[in-house]
Amino acid sequence: MATAKTTLPNAGPVTGSRSFLSRLRDGDEIARLTTMVFAASVVLITLLLVYELWTGSALARAKFGLHFLVTRVWDPNIDQYGALPFMYGTLVTSAVALLIAVPLGIGAAIFLAELAPPRISDTLQFFIDLLAAVPSVIYGLLGVFIIVPLMRTVIFPALNEPLGFMPFFKGPSYGVGFLTAGMVLAIMVIPYIISVSREVLLSVPRDQREAALALGSTRWESTWKVVVPFAKTGILGSVFLALARALGETMAVTMVIGNTPTISASLFSPGDSIASVIANQFTEATGDVYLQALVELGLVLFLMTFILNGLARILIVVTTQKGSGVPV
Amino acid sequence: MKRIAVLVVGVLALGAMVWAAQSPLLINGAGASFPYPIYSKWFDEYHQKNPNIQFNYQSVGSGAGIKQVTEGTVDFGATDGPMNDDQLKAFQDKRGSAILHFPTVLGAAVPTYNVPGVSGALNFTPEALAGIFLGKITKWNDPAIAGANKGVNLPANDIVVVHRSDGSGTTYIWTDYLSKISDEWKSKVGKNTSVNWPVGLGGKGNEGVTGLIKQTPNSIGYVELIYAAQNNIPYGAVKNSSGNFVKADLAGVSAAAAGAAKDIPEDFRVSITNAPGKTAYPISSFTWLLIPQKFQDAGKREAVKGFLKWMLTDGQNYAEGLSYAKLPKEIVEKEKKAINSIQ
Repeated sequence: MATAKTTLPNAGPVTGSRSFLSRLRDGDEIARLTTMVFAASVVLITLLLVYELWTGSALARAKFGLHFLVTRVWDPNIDQYGALPFMYGTLVTSAVALLIAVPLGIGAAIFLAELAPPRISDTLQFFIDLLAAVPSVIYGLLGVFIIVPLMRTVIFPALNEPLGFMPFFKGPSYGVGFLTAGMVLAIMVIPYIISVSREVLLSVPRDQREAALALGSTRWESTWKVVVPFAKTGILGSVFLALARALGETMAVTMVIGNTPTISASLFSPGDSIASVIANQFTEATGDVYLQALVELGLVLFLMTFILNGLARILIVVTTQKGSGVPV
Repeated sequence: MKRIAVLVVGVLALGAMVWAAQSPLLINGAGASFPYPIYSKWFDEYHQKNPNIQFNYQSVGSGAGIKQVTEGTVDFGATDGPMNDDQLKAFQDKRGSAILHFPTVLGAAVPTYNVPGVSGALNFTPEALAGIFLGKITKWNDPAIAGANKGVNLPANDIVVVHRSDGSGTTYIWTDYLSKISDEWKSKVGKNTSVNWPVGLGGKGNEGVTGLIKQTPNSIGYVELIYAAQNNIPYGAVKNSSGNFVKADLAGVSAAAAGAAKDIPEDFRVSITNAPGKTAYPISSFTWLLIPQKFQDAGKREAVKGFLKWMLTDGQNYAEGLSYAKLPKEIVEKEKKAINSIQ
């Protein structure tokens, strides 16, 4: 853009330095407006998405109302649709994923940022970035070929024998199910948690650590009691990024969840998730209500993500108000 | 400088003219993915023979195919399950003319299983299949299964049912068959490209179902015949309406179509599951092209009619090489007459 402007005066009679300068100033204005439009487009796309999901599900919303959220039946033959088992599956698999991924991810990030020699840290970071870029279908295959058989033959007996009295660990296990999907999701989101948390920990000012050490704390005490609390909001941010990814993951979940809309306390039970059922049924969905029920599921997933993100914001605000850490 | 510019423009214009002269008449279609391999073969072969006509087919699924042809975004559709009366009416209302079904080839669904200690092909009665998929028969040594498999040592293990999780023409054929042989299935579950399964795990695609069955001992599911044949997946025989156990093959599927040919309605919307015939394989089905009865564009109309005639004659010879069953003669003759009604 700048070059086009500077060549213009050569083409015709010289227009004078004042207007040229003002045009440059106009350039500032143009840049401001252009970038503002780019920023606004994000909001526009979100609004458009909500609008499309809302109008695209009008029939289903009119027919089922709020019952859609509490009904368990999903039957195209009698045109009855309910989102409850899919919502349950989405939440349970994401929760399992976070339960596994958060301690592992944050622990790894602390090691890489605080304790590991820089060379090892950088090398490992390279592999972690690589993992974050692997397409989800590959993780799905990993799940199908490794975790599913392992679940049936090793993990299920190991958990069911001592803990089978609890509803979470009741059998039988088919290999596929909530726990398997949660584990695959955990593997998928760990790189996000590590990457973002490591960056946040590295950006904690050096004098924070030095002050802690000068007061006589050990290396671990300075890390755990000073650096990590300082980086808390950023680490929470990484966890919510991971949650968002887990909620919306489609392909890898479809491959290992069992695709049966059940609500069961047992983690070994097969289930289904919102993203998975949309991907499975959208292409062959005929009737209008059927199609719109699937769109409404999309709306429900959007709202769930929206609400969870809102809660995350509130959590961050509340925890930062209590003291330590940088404001968001 | 100017001369070069003129030259470049000239060459581009010439190229555009040549391209325009050679660009063939493009006819767009969309729909079922099950017949995609043979459709793409047909459209390719037909284009070789008629360079001025090119078909473009997107295998987006039967549901999407019906939707797109109704909305007029494609010239023709394709489906594994015939359109129902509501959909026909929707087409009539929207486009002001009817839509015609043309059977192209036949497919079938076969029961496949993984039972430890059983290597040969198992025999399944309709009662056994319905009972298993309704969740009423839960053990492999149930008399309903064992009775048809004398001499096979069936274990007393729980049956794990596997079905398709994605909407699919194969599921349509399978549930259509179960609806015909079991009143309970018909009233409780019904037929569709995806249904509310009473029991079982879902696998995405034929490969997803096969993968689950291979990994899960004591499981049973269903896949397309063509998929089982190409991947050497063992499958069982099913008792047909004449009381014979038939292990699916292309001849058995064609026999089912021939058995149903007598009673086939004029619009070809017919299910041939559980068809009469001694050698008929009972879980078979047509797959259809959906052609609007009225074309605005005369060129497209003639091209489509020409293709349909070729598909019914020379085109059928490609079917068996790709593991599809051919249409029986009776159906071909009926369809040839139907082509004339396209205006």
